[in-house]
Amino acid sequence: MKIIVCIKQVPDAKDVRLDPETNTLAREGVQSIMNPYDQHALEEAVRLREELGGEVTVLSMGPPQAEDVLRQAISCGADRGVLISDRAFAGADTWATSYTLAKAVNKIGDFDLILCGKQAIDGDTAQVGPGLAIQLDIPFLTCIQKVRKANEKEIVMERMMDDGYDVVAVDYPVLLTVVKDLNEPRVPSLKGKMKSKKAIIEVLSAEDVGADSSCIGLAGSPTEVVDVFPPPPRGERAMLTGTIDEQVEQLVEKLAVYL
Amino acid sequence: MDYFLTEEQEMIVDIARQITDEKIIPNRAELDEKDEFPREILEAMGQADLFGIPIPEEYGGFGGGCLDIVLALEQLGRGCIGVATAFAASALGIYPIILSGSDEMKKKYLTPVAAGQKFAAFGLTEANAGSDASGIQTTAVLDGDEWVLNGTKQWITNGGEAQIYTIVAMTDKSRGARGASMFVVEDGDPGFSCGPKEKKMGIRASSTTELIFKDCRIPQDRLIGRKGTGFITVMKTLDSSRPGIAALGLGIGQACVDEATMYAKQRVQFNKPIISFQAVQHLLADMAIQLEASRALVYATAKHIDAHPKNMSKVSSMCKVMATDMAMKVSVDAVQVMGGYGYMREYPVEKMMRDAKILQIYEGTNQVQRNVIGQELNKEYSRK
Repeated sequence: MKIIVCIKQVPDAKDVRLDPETNTLAREGVQSIMNPYDQHALEEAVRLREELGGEVTVLSMGPPQAEDVLRQAISCGADRGVLISDRAFAGADTWATSYTLAKAVNKIGDFDLILCGKQAIDGDTAQVGPGLAIQLDIPFLTCIQKVRKANEKEIVMERMMDDGYDVVAVDYPVLLTVVKDLNEPRVPSLKGKMKSKKAIIEVLSAEDVGADSSCIGLAGSPTEVVDVFPPPPRGERAMLTGTIDEQVEQLVEKLAVYL
Repeated sequence: MDYFLTEEQEMIVDIARQITDEKIIPNRAELDEKDEFPREILEAMGQADLFGIPIPEEYGGFGGGCLDIVLALEQLGRGCIGVATAFAASALGIYPIILSGSDEMKKKYLTPVAAGQKFAAFGLTEANAGSDASGIQTTAVLDGDEWVLNGTKQWITNGGEAQIYTIVAMTDKSRGARGASMFVVEDGDPGFSCGPKEKKMGIRASSTTELIFKDCRIPQDRLIGRKGTGFITVMKTLDSSRPGIAALGLGIGQACVDEATMYAKQRVQFNKPIISFQAVQHLLADMAIQLEASRALVYATAKHIDAHPKNMSKVSSMCKVMATDMAMKVSVDAVQVMGGYGYMREYPVEKMMRDAKILQIYEGTNQVQRNVIGQELNKEYSRK
């Protein structure tokens, strides 16, 4: 089983700031982590490989320092890491990112399964996973909460819905995006850490993946961020105290003013 | 303070820290409250290769030394020494095999421990053989090609949970300490059973039981090393493992300094955070001094042991006494700094104080350690 896991290096959610000039996320001086949803995608990929054999490749698009999350992924069980990094990719929206990732996946070659986190905690769009599947012209399923059974032919899963879940069986190739209920990611192992120190991360440029320059980076992005602003402060609130009866009485009094 | 750890040692610290912060600390109060064995946490430690640290590389381990295991135990101890004791006791259980086992025995027992599939326990203590290990009454008699064990071990950590037990039994009572031998017993061996879990003051996440041998028959090749060398193996095992217990003391000490200092910065009395009062500052300062001094001795001792000196009993005992007496003192002081809140189960320091006490008792009481140090001093100065 050949599995590709797409992972993104994101600013730690405890430490998020906006660049006031560009209205994009300020990344300098902010602690970076592996997108939490992607950690679950990686864990599932490693478990599938442990069960079925094969190879787990982790793929990330980002600046050179995104190599760190690829090494982290290797310490948690991934076999190899590929970083797509090029100044020309800067400013990519979800469409351009999906396009670029698809080019890199084609470059990597053979795969049965692509796993992505449901969304990244910085952009929060949840578009890149499905976008990548469309670019690759393969089926996709989102919000996978449990893998019930997997073999060389098919994978049977639970897809989270608003009011429960669907049980879905699909054959390969397929792209899945996953939620946090899926599994509990492992702590890196000592042997994994040693392997990750020595691992060679393949770095691919726009040219390496054969990307059309009009489809990548800011120029290739149809999305334009017009404005980013903090939500307006909430109006005045009052807390009612006392027994339920007392609170009801107070509430009625307050509402009566508007009658 | 920077101890100039190697890259590998930094990795061990990182992994143990992550397990402690993510898996141990969020669960420790519940494990303590329910007397629950931390099976899932131990599995995570196994997956992270921590059980492989003391195991030679040819048996799938990391081939680490005393300082490596000390660093891991210090981090785990910062979270919960109940959980860390379960881990440490497994390392203790395999030490006799590492030190004196045959190649075949090492392959059979060390490989699954390194892979995190099995863990071990060490069976020395009996009702009448605690500090005086020579009072052992469990016997092993060769009958055909099998050893037959009879007797009862008491207060054995990981009892009922481990799959591999290293047991001290007398093969020739008339020879005293020279008549003791060590054996491997597996769970499921005929005639071997474990008693109910003991109810303890602290380290309640760890399992402590009796091991009962009633005509327990095991194959001849379960003898560790040569017949009659059991006591030497025990002494060597304990010499190598004592700094690990000292490391648990460092873990508790660090956790107590962290908790008490953070609390003192937040707690306001007389319109000031209590850390601005000199009485509190001095308590915290003394805690920090004792912790750092203990850490320096424990690390230095571990490095000394890693250089394979001829005799390490004295320093090994010294670091155990210092770091565990420190843990007791510092945990009592942490409760004091935190006052009524410190005494409540809502805060972690009351558990740390209950847990710390065992460190002064197990793997040789601190009185016995002082005996060892005193006897070594006596020997050293007789030679001068």
